[in-house]
Amino acid sequence: MRPIDIIEGKVSVLDRADVDTDQIIPKQFLKRVERTGFGEFLFYDWIRDGEIELEPNPILVAGRNFGCGSSREHAPWALEDFGFQAIIAPSFADIFYSNCTKIGLLPAILDEEHCRAVAEAGEARIDVDDETVTCAAGVFEFGVEPDVKHRLLNGLDDIGITLENGVAIDEFEGSGAAHGPVTTALG
Amino acid sequence: MPQTMFDKLWEAHEVSDGLIYIDLHLVHEVTSPQAFDGLRLAGRPVRRPEKTIATADHNVPTDGTMAARLIADELSRVQVETLERNCEEFGIPIYSLGSERQGIVHVIGPELGVTQPGMTIVCGDSHTSTHGAFGSLAFGIGTSEVEHVLATQCLVQARPKTMRISYSGELGAGVTPKDLILATIGRLGTGGMVGHAVEYAGPAIASLSMPGRMTVCNMTIEGGGRAGMIAPDETTFEWVRGRPAAPEDFDAAVARWRELPTDDGASFDTEVEIDASSLSPMVTWGTNPGMVVEITDTVPDPAAIDSPADRESAERALAYMGLRPGTPMTEVAPERVFIGSCTNSRIEDLREAAEIVEGRKVAGSVQAMVVPGSQQVKSEAEAEGLHEVFRSAGFDWREAGCSMCLGMNPDILVEGERCASTSNRNFEGRQGKGGRTHLVSPKMAAAAAIEGHFVDIRDWS
Repeated sequence: MRPIDIIEGKVSVLDRADVDTDQIIPKQFLKRVERTGFGEFLFYDWIRDGEIELEPNPILVAGRNFGCGSSREHAPWALEDFGFQAIIAPSFADIFYSNCTKIGLLPAILDEEHCRAVAEAGEARIDVDDETVTCAAGVFEFGVEPDVKHRLLNGLDDIGITLENGVAIDEFEGSGAAHGPVTTALG
Repeated sequence: MPQTMFDKLWEAHEVSDGLIYIDLHLVHEVTSPQAFDGLRLAGRPVRRPEKTIATADHNVPTDGTMAARLIADELSRVQVETLERNCEEFGIPIYSLGSERQGIVHVIGPELGVTQPGMTIVCGDSHTSTHGAFGSLAFGIGTSEVEHVLATQCLVQARPKTMRISYSGELGAGVTPKDLILATIGRLGTGGMVGHAVEYAGPAIASLSMPGRMTVCNMTIEGGGRAGMIAPDETTFEWVRGRPAAPEDFDAAVARWRELPTDDGASFDTEVEIDASSLSPMVTWGTNPGMVVEITDTVPDPAAIDSPADRESAERALAYMGLRPGTPMTEVAPERVFIGSCTNSRIEDLREAAEIVEGRKVAGSVQAMVVPGSQQVKSEAEAEGLHEVFRSAGFDWREAGCSMCLGMNPDILVEGERCASTSNRNFEGRQGKGGRTHLVSPKMAAAAAIEGHFVDIRDWS
């Protein structure tokens, strides 16, 4: 994944609460076995039905509980492929938030008032290291877990980091702490 | 210090700070192909194929197509064949189309007995919370995380907060676990459980069967919860006993499992109390599972909602659903009925629905279908003659799969069609573009099929 540090530019706004991943990328596009090319199907029904208009700006400001529902990582893939590098919202669904951080799409949580201010400003600059969003209305801080920030800033692959810890996994498995069935013995 | 069940599960699986060991990884065709590609690109093997199991469920046809190569839809066929090839290459056991163990991933795990108390279980599917019904820590993950678990058998996770929802009293007649969880989500909202591992507790939970507990935990994600769980007890142990993957030394396992429940005096970040005896059969009216009312209620009036954002959501939902404020829910008339999905497609669900339809006919205005959760559920139902009950009432009796819960296969609603569904999501377009979904229990869905409109199952006969 690409390192991200500064995200700067125009802001697109989707002022709706509880936007679910079924809307972000409808199911008929989940049949692809590739990881790329989902951007053209982003909000497929809402955009085609003329319900919303979205410009592929670097930053999207969205409503609370954004990305609820299905765990499909195709949703962050589609948002990123469309052109967004960061999403700002008052809250995110847990799985969606985690999925975004895995692909280098920054989910930044600001309270509703600050989200509105960024939306109205129309332009913003996000500094991942400082954990700030700067726009005409002011400088707003968002929180991000230190290890997540480290990965985002350096574009690190989670799996590589975990495998560096391979000895700990070996020890855990060797200690008898791992329980559970052996699926390959089921026949 | 007294611990919650979640604390015990978390600490027993912590390899290092924030790195959790995974005891079981369930895999299906939709969220895995890109993960296997990632492994191949990096030249990485699957670390523990013997802790991994796969099935094809999300986009399989339910019309009797019994092999991947025979699937008519090309993209679906490629996806299922890709899963089969990946599992073969990486040594993962798979129950694909044609296997007598094929079915919805969250139905076959418990059915095979691979879902057991005390485990950590993940799957690239948000309804993985279902498995928490056994006293395990189970949650949905994205495809990058699927790849991570395949490669390392571990997952990087921030520790969630804990929530306990305690249900006093008992559910009344005709009120089901589905109604309990819908009412809970209605009360807390679709974001009410975000960031939390949720334990469902109290007498109304302890008296539920395992399928009932699975229905409750299944919909945890609809409240935004990271994981749902219920303390294991005799009901749990008896379910697991004798299943194909049950532990060989069963008594030793049970002794270990008895240590799992939350200790007296353990504290949760959030506590919620709900009187189960006050709950009624529920029906959703809107486009998320939190938009739900009791069957005796009317369609809500957005004008009465204070928050502008919620009012606007409600207005949009009613326009999409084609409903007018003030309409009694019992006057809402579905044209389609779907009994199935990982929420409500187990043998007990089908028995409850069959009891309602036995000797009756589906209303002329309704097209109704039953999709068993797995091939084993289907066989069991057929051995009991349930398929004949459904068929003679006019229901379509299908093969196992996710089917119309998410409409990735040919089972979909057409624009404007209204459906009484035992599934878990009433999002816009979920069951087909423009389709209108009302979430209900199997009993309520069955009765709606017979009457052609929703009824209060408590005073219907």
